[in-house]
Amino acid sequence: MAIWDEFSKGIVKENPVFRLVLGLCPVLAVTTSLKNGLGMGMAATFVLVGSNLIVSIIRKGIPARIRIPCYITVIASFVTVVDLVMAGYLPELHKNLGLFIPLIVVNCIILGRAEAFAGKNNPLRSLLDGLGMGAGFTFALVITSSIREIIGTGKIWGLVLLGTRYNPVLFAVLSPGAFVTLGLLIALFNKLEARGEA
Amino acid sequence: MDIARLLAIAIGAILVNNFVLHRFLGLCPFLGVSKQLDAAIGMGFAVIFVMTMASVVTFGIYHFILAPFGIEYLRTIAFILVIATLVQFVEMLIEKTSPSLYSALGIYLPLITTNCAVLGVAVLNIDKSYTFVETLIHGFSAGIGFTVALLLMAGIRERVELADVPESLKGVPVAFIVAGLMSIAFLGFSGLVVE
Repeated sequence: MAIWDEFSKGIVKENPVFRLVLGLCPVLAVTTSLKNGLGMGMAATFVLVGSNLIVSIIRKGIPARIRIPCYITVIASFVTVVDLVMAGYLPELHKNLGLFIPLIVVNCIILGRAEAFAGKNNPLRSLLDGLGMGAGFTFALVITSSIREIIGTGKIWGLVLLGTRYNPVLFAVLSPGAFVTLGLLIALFNKLEARGEA
Repeated sequence: MDIARLLAIAIGAILVNNFVLHRFLGLCPFLGVSKQLDAAIGMGFAVIFVMTMASVVTFGIYHFILAPFGIEYLRTIAFILVIATLVQFVEMLIEKTSPSLYSALGIYLPLITTNCAVLGVAVLNIDKSYTFVETLIHGFSAGIGFTVALLLMAGIRERVELADVPESLKGVPVAFIVAGLMSIAFLGFSGLVVE
């Protein structure tokens, strides 16, 4: 079913992080714990869905030459909404994500989807595309942050998982751990892709 | 004017809190343009230039326009539009004044708009409430830090390309692992400067 495909393609087949290798900065920076990873995923999904929908609705009224500044303004407005709402209701998460909330504006996934998809398709399809890509992005953040939190602290969602005898490998929650974890995950997805085709 | 503090900011931005390896900003160009050393040099200089300019301009916008009117919450929208315009303007200016530099930087200039290191440095300057001179130094040295990481990476990657890497690790994954090892090396600088 075509409509369903717009949603499901973003999760594995065209996963923005593991397959398209886009929007990497937050995936590395905020994935020290599952809570932060999930929060970032939700924030980005909201912006992605909102901007895809609005861009798709106004796509016929925007002159082609100035479309990129228009898209950026729409995206930046949604990011400001997320920033203010999160500062008001989830101050702790807002503090943890810090700099990376305003930086959702320059996340290549969001501008990429506005340009490649929402600017050419109807609002319903664009909405589903945004939801799917957002889900794929959140999925990548959740996997990366779970691995790093379990290995790095022995906990998940702040709850002790591996018991007191486990000696946490601090490496995983430090910056080098982020690079190595994501590198290995992308390699794993490449491997799965190659096996699927063979 | 405290020279020691300015030095601390500069060393902090280049080595300790390196924008790429510690703050994770500007990874797309870091991975995209680090395949060849020549291209990396061009990109590096373009980024230093734009980051310094963007720091100065956003400082002015924030302190003379947004803050007096109490509309600081429009910061994200204002900054990204200013940076996009600035990049466009710099591109036109270089094209007119120095065609040779333009052809060298050419394709990398438009890419810088979506480099999150540029918006990142602008937002950080405000968050840390730096003065004008501190902002200038921070923007410039953050650009240097980005360029150092990019050049090191490009040098290493040119060799990794020749190495026998397992099929599924080729390209991006092995670049990430190399970046991880570089990041370990840069961790050694932490504690060098107390901010």
